[in-house]
Amino acid sequence: MNELIARIQAVAKRVERNVTFMEVCGTHTMAVSRSGLRQLLPANVKLISGPGCPVCVTDTNYIDAAIELARRPGVIVTTFGDLVRVPGSESSLERERAMGAAVRVVYSPSDALALARENPDKQVVFLGVGFETTAPTVAWTIKKAAQDGVMNFSALCAHKTMPFAMEALLKDQEVKIDGFICPGHVSVITGAQLYRFVPERYRIPCVVCGFEAADVLKCVAMLLAQIAEKRATVEIEYSRSVDETGNAAAQRLIGEIFEESDAGWRGIGVIPRSGLAIRKEFARWDAVKALGVKFGTAKPNPACQCGNILRGMITPPECKLFAKVCTPTNPLGPCMVSSEGACAAFYKYERKAA
Amino acid sequence: MKHDRILLGHGGGGSLTRELIERLFAPAFGMKELEDSAVVEFTGQRLAFTTDSYVVKPYFFPGGDIGKLAVCGTVNDLAMQGAQPLYLSVGMILEEGLLFTDLEKIVASIKATAADVGVKIVTGDTKVVERGKCEGLYINTAGIGRVIADVSSRRVRPGDAVIVNGTLGEHGVAVLSRREGIAFQTSVISDCAPLWSLVQSALISGAEIHAMRDPTRGGLAATVCDIAAASGVGIRLLESALPVGAEVRGACDLLGLDPLTIANEGKVVMVCRGADAGRVLDAMRAHPLGRDARVIGEVMEKPKGMAMLRTAIGGERIIDAPTGEDLPRIC
Repeated sequence: MNELIARIQAVAKRVERNVTFMEVCGTHTMAVSRSGLRQLLPANVKLISGPGCPVCVTDTNYIDAAIELARRPGVIVTTFGDLVRVPGSESSLERERAMGAAVRVVYSPSDALALARENPDKQVVFLGVGFETTAPTVAWTIKKAAQDGVMNFSALCAHKTMPFAMEALLKDQEVKIDGFICPGHVSVITGAQLYRFVPERYRIPCVVCGFEAADVLKCVAMLLAQIAEKRATVEIEYSRSVDETGNAAAQRLIGEIFEESDAGWRGIGVIPRSGLAIRKEFARWDAVKALGVKFGTAKPNPACQCGNILRGMITPPECKLFAKVCTPTNPLGPCMVSSEGACAAFYKYERKAA
Repeated sequence: MKHDRILLGHGGGGSLTRELIERLFAPAFGMKELEDSAVVEFTGQRLAFTTDSYVVKPYFFPGGDIGKLAVCGTVNDLAMQGAQPLYLSVGMILEEGLLFTDLEKIVASIKATAADVGVKIVTGDTKVVERGKCEGLYINTAGIGRVIADVSSRRVRPGDAVIVNGTLGEHGVAVLSRREGIAFQTSVISDCAPLWSLVQSALISGAEIHAMRDPTRGGLAATVCDIAAASGVGIRLLESALPVGAEVRGACDLLGLDPLTIANEGKVVMVCRGADAGRVLDAMRAHPLGRDARVIGEVMEKPKGMAMLRTAIGGERIIDAPTGEDLPRIC
């Protein structure tokens, strides 16, 4: 470990300027904060978090729609645990549950399908958020429901894909990124080829990274080396799990059930082609169509700077609300409520000691 | 968002629970010391008094059941106050339709655990609620003990050593592994055990022990945060010294949990004078429940009221009490 840090120090010196690397994965956010590795980096190397936490980039109106569904009699809303506490414009699923709404935390979409089979008189809706990582399991579940004719199951999907979001950040002149720490889990599915456009079009180095602190350090060393050697390419640090082409079966499954769509990212806005919508053939299992879900037009709290944090413009302590008004027990924005949010991770592990 | 209703998180043993107690219960009841047990004077005797309710689901889990837990939890709360457990009450809330054979097993387990500790069950209560109003059964126990040592979370001082008697996170992981929806294969069994005899051997070793807490809900993280806040000191734990088994670590990685925040039911965090750490370790290691005892950290002046972790790669980060995660009921 010390060797790795020494190597980083040495290359950082050769680079001779300030560099900013962005990770775009909640698990990386956590790994960086939890290991305290930011303090071990040279002064000219800065790590920032991008829009990699699925809960954080989920629009307020999506939460409101989920709440509206949960309030309907005869509907059971199923979700991964981290969405439960996210505030919508006036309530949260947690609060609705306390008032009697049927909200169930599941650990896999197939549990939601099983619940639908057990409760034929109820409509069971699964909240599908996340990136290329979670999309295949949701696709599989929808396919299974269609095959078996489970008509009381549907998914409210807001899946997003990483490449166009990364490109939006690169096009955004305000955000200065010198290298991407690419998400390991996403890349297991998509393959490292997904990021090739970044060095090709923008001359920015990319390294696909694993999730141990040592992985992140090694990845930082690899990014620095590319900059020092004036190279820009996609390299794989997480080679124990990731290759160039990814998991073809999972990619086929995504393509079978979903199609590319425009998607609204909280704090960033609509990014063309960056989302996955359920194909027409499976509309019967798309909660939006099957249950007639309408999305509102609520805007997030204007004082909340989550948008700027998700774009890497500011770090959490630079937000005026951080740790003062906005805390994990009383979160104002999604970056504080999700356990993998940049603000929650910073608050939990790195806030200034009193 | 202000909470106008009780949420599941208020029962998680983290900061939401603490807020509820500090803002509503403690002021209303005029309680000042918020320890595992209250210490009261009675005709010149110092007695410890505590109560706890058990709602664990499922009520049989690897390594124990709700009955064993209901005895261990309460006698451990007494032990943490330096008190020898003497008497227990057992209140049962039973669901209509509960199998008699299940209840008999649980009662046998209560009896065996109480006999093991040498605590007498002297009173009880029974209620039955309609089917669906509780899940099988809930148990409340209250306990009285004789205080033989003066320990308090407020007595911790810079220079003290922080010791734990063994591996962390086993109870929480064992219960989780049997929960519907997340059932996974693991050989981890709950560490649920009565700690009095272990605590007693440390107390009579001659070491100057300042504080003891059992890291149940909220895990080691909540415990060290509480102690640091109560004593106004900083606590620094060493990640490389924390005993976490490979299976618990694996389960935590899989489920996105931090072993520091997972519940234990047979662990004690003991804070003693730094120079006495060896004495405490010797006493603990001679006991079956303390074979893996080790020093996991130290007490410093700063940062006041906070706990820090020196990470395995040499960084430092805050240890935060969990807010009250959306986890199943584990006790």
